[in-house]
Amino acid sequence: MIELPAPMIGRRGLIAGAAGSAALLAAAERTPVYAQSVAPPATGGGTGAKSAVIDVTRARAEPIPVAIPDFGGDSQLGRDIAGVISADLARCGLFRVIPSSSFVQSGPSDAGAPNFANWRGTGTQALVTGRAEAQGGGNVRVEFRLWDVLPQTQIQGTAYTTTQANWRRISHIIADVIYERLLGEKGYFDTRIVYISATGPRDRRTKRLAIMDQDSQNNRFLTDGSWLVLTPRFHPTRDEIAFMSYANNRPRVYLFNLGSGRQTVLGDFAGMTFAPRFSPDGGSVVMAVADGSGSDIVSVDLGSRASRRLTNSGAIDVSPCYSPDGSQIVFASDRGGDQQIYVMGAGGGGARRISFGSGRYATPVWSPRGDLIAFTRYGGDTANFSIGVMRPDGSGERILSEGWLVEGPTFAPNGRVLMFWRETRAGDARGSGFSSRLVSIDITGFNEQVVPTPTDASDPAWSPLSA
Amino acid sequence: MNTKILGAFAAVALLAACANQNAAQTGSGATAATSGPVPGSQEDLVANVGDRIFYDFNQSIVRPDGKTTLDKQAAWLAKYPSVNVQVAGNCDDRGTEEYNLALGQRRANAAASYLKAQGVAAARISTISYGKDRPTAMGDNEQAWAQNRNAITSVR
Repeated sequence: MIELPAPMIGRRGLIAGAAGSAALLAAAERTPVYAQSVAPPATGGGTGAKSAVIDVTRARAEPIPVAIPDFGGDSQLGRDIAGVISADLARCGLFRVIPSSSFVQSGPSDAGAPNFANWRGTGTQALVTGRAEAQGGGNVRVEFRLWDVLPQTQIQGTAYTTTQANWRRISHIIADVIYERLLGEKGYFDTRIVYISATGPRDRRTKRLAIMDQDSQNNRFLTDGSWLVLTPRFHPTRDEIAFMSYANNRPRVYLFNLGSGRQTVLGDFAGMTFAPRFSPDGGSVVMAVADGSGSDIVSVDLGSRASRRLTNSGAIDVSPCYSPDGSQIVFASDRGGDQQIYVMGAGGGGARRISFGSGRYATPVWSPRGDLIAFTRYGGDTANFSIGVMRPDGSGERILSEGWLVEGPTFAPNGRVLMFWRETRAGDARGSGFSSRLVSIDITGFNEQVVPTPTDASDPAWSPLSA
Repeated sequence: MNTKILGAFAAVALLAACANQNAAQTGSGATAATSGPVPGSQEDLVANVGDRIFYDFNQSIVRPDGKTTLDKQAAWLAKYPSVNVQVAGNCDDRGTEEYNLALGQRRANAAASYLKAQGVAAARISTISYGKDRPTAMGDNEQAWAQNRNAITSVR
């Protein structure tokens, strides 16, 4: 049985306050979530100690049939929690959520072992039951059990205590546990997306830094649109974002502490700094600086704020990203003429080209699993842009999605899903028909879906999974 | 290429004429008294000199038509020595955001370098890149992209 860390401290911290040129527009308090394991009921049988029921490859071909009846206890909360878990599992494409209309037994799940025969008849392979009950002091206790219907065993049982306001997060955490127990790899539902929101006509766009849960809920704007902002990225462990702002008409990379709202310029460079990414250990940022004839890759230590120039080619070296072990940096460069992808040591030097297909290659980003580099490709034998992946040695290139403009992939923390943005082509000189949307896709190239946002959106960056 | 530039100038002249005509027709004599923009102003630069030059796809080399415009800008700046300018580099959107930020900076630098070579003091010129984020034309065709690959000089 998987023991979730207890207490599990809310990694999102307090979001309040404002500083610098861009004001926080919304505040939401995050409180800790406490977890404890729940022993299987006496009649439940089974040990609970069990590895993945099914592997991801099989699930992709044949999604796992899972039933998630409303949780018992507080009926509204129980319904809401089951709804969020169902939506998470259905959206990832690896589960088939059995509709409640096919249930043999109606009503919310009750305590104790289920009547397995009733669930077998619906084709359910995995069953999720639970209770949600209000406690004193605005707290809520949510208990859930995951059952393997055929062998009639409990796979997992966990109870969480938190403030009622955290009920969505609890639901995502439960969905992650289900994902991990059934597929054998970590989920990505208890995560957030930071992105750039865009409104207004195309030649006078207002762009704001925005953040939301991965299922598009709890959207908040972090800057007020006074200045152009671009390319936000999450810190691997802290509640912090690196992004580019044109504040005071000086385009520079800033750090944005989501807890305090404090923004600080990163480094002291004469020229524009852009395209930041944190190192995997969170101790430094690698980014591009345009202070010569092209742009160079630099790293800045977040402790000492000392900077180090890693390339000096006179070409446009841009879009650096560390390998997950921190030993290498992948980046894009036009040093050979057209823009291509190169890999070098994290200290600079020894750059070797890895992209050799048709067209230009841009925005490389290393998978958290280390096995793939995702990229944007354009030009060559097509007018379209595409999103693809290749191995770090450049082999095994696969195009996952193509369109008029698709750009800027970001990996889910488990390396299983990519998010990017897609723009549609304007139909006239007024820009009619133009739109910009976030899109997610499984790295095998299936289950492409628009990720809803309240405005046009671009530049998505996926947060890490909570610690 | 030259014909497109001429076209742009013609359009600007036409708009200015309309504005004056409207002022005359509505009888607002006070504003109509000043014929044309204030010398040394942004409006003056746009109407009488040309505030922007254009680049070929994925290039930051100043073309001959661009040099003609920059020569006029340098002469204009010599005439108004107290005027400082910002040169903003822009790109069409057939490239990625991050690459275009660098390409736009290259374009701004190329135009600024040319102005400096014509005798404009470096301290009077600043540069900025907006990549593909500040298009002039909102369409998605070659004509629109050609307009959006530019360096725009503005009075600061």
